[in-house]
Amino acid sequence: MKKEFLRGIKDGIPIFLGYLSVSFGFGILAVGLGLSVMESVGISLTNLTSAGQVAGVGIIAAGGSLIEMALTQLVINIRYSLMGISLSQKLDRNFTVAHRLIASFGITDEIFAVAVAQKEVSPYYMYGLISVSTVGWVSGTFLGAAAGNILPAELSSAMGIVLYGMFLAIFIPAARESKGVFASVLIASGLSMIFKFVLTEVSGGFAVIICAVVSAAVCAVLFPKKDEEEAEE
Amino acid sequence: MSVVIYIAVMAGVTYLIRMIPFTLFRKKIKSPFFKSFLYYIPYAVLSAMTIPAIFYSTGDMTTAAIGTAVAVFLAYLKLPLIVVALAASAAALLTGYII
Repeated sequence: MKKEFLRGIKDGIPIFLGYLSVSFGFGILAVGLGLSVMESVGISLTNLTSAGQVAGVGIIAAGGSLIEMALTQLVINIRYSLMGISLSQKLDRNFTVAHRLIASFGITDEIFAVAVAQKEVSPYYMYGLISVSTVGWVSGTFLGAAAGNILPAELSSAMGIVLYGMFLAIFIPAARESKGVFASVLIASGLSMIFKFVLTEVSGGFAVIICAVVSAAVCAVLFPKKDEEEAEE
Repeated sequence: MSVVIYIAVMAGVTYLIRMIPFTLFRKKIKSPFFKSFLYYIPYAVLSAMTIPAIFYSTGDMTTAAIGTAVAVFLAYLKLPLIVVALAASAAALLTGYII
């Protein structure tokens, strides 16, 4: 239990570092839009998500309706539902309903990415990942909100690549092993470029959902995963 | 309207989106298509989020491209997450000082 928790913390360190820098930017943004330091930190502590929070403080600042807030969060964050289903396939026997209710709070892109790469996921491993990541996300928000430019500019901008570097470290080794993963990476990246440069009216949250669903569906047809492959992993 | 109410709605919706499928989905999936689909989803999500965003992540295309190249190389060698992530950042930082 304790070992699993510590393993989660260790695997969460890149997330911690990435979150620290990304949420630093969020803190600066939220205060700039008129929120207090406490409110900014409160949002990070209760939401633990980047794109949804940025859209959310925009709605608060503009005095939008609660319906608009709810719908925006739904669209941007619906990907977490897919991730939740995907991750539910990897949970070990100790993952009771109570553990699921708690751990679901921490399903973010990065935590999901690290957890789903495991053979089996235990509750305390998730708690390790979630707690170290949350500390990074909340303290980064606090620092950004309270004290704007603490880090030298070169350092904070170089930290912007940390999370993406971690993503590469997850999908490149997998693409090296499996033709299907290689194809899914190529298709998803290609579609993502199209959304970035051509279909720019589609919002970022939607674009990621479309890229992922299309790519995964195409690859599921072209490269169905066989059970014996799974046994080897 | 009080900011606290906004935050409560934001947090509530976001939690439900995460909690409902994760908690209610208890069966092991049998359909080969859906199994394969879920197997590919994380890689598809991550690559869609990374490309092309990584090239804009440092505010400078050159430092980001060098950082990306270093990360791709080290990831190909299957080095641990933290090593790849920090090396990408260090490479971007150094490139920023050189150029």
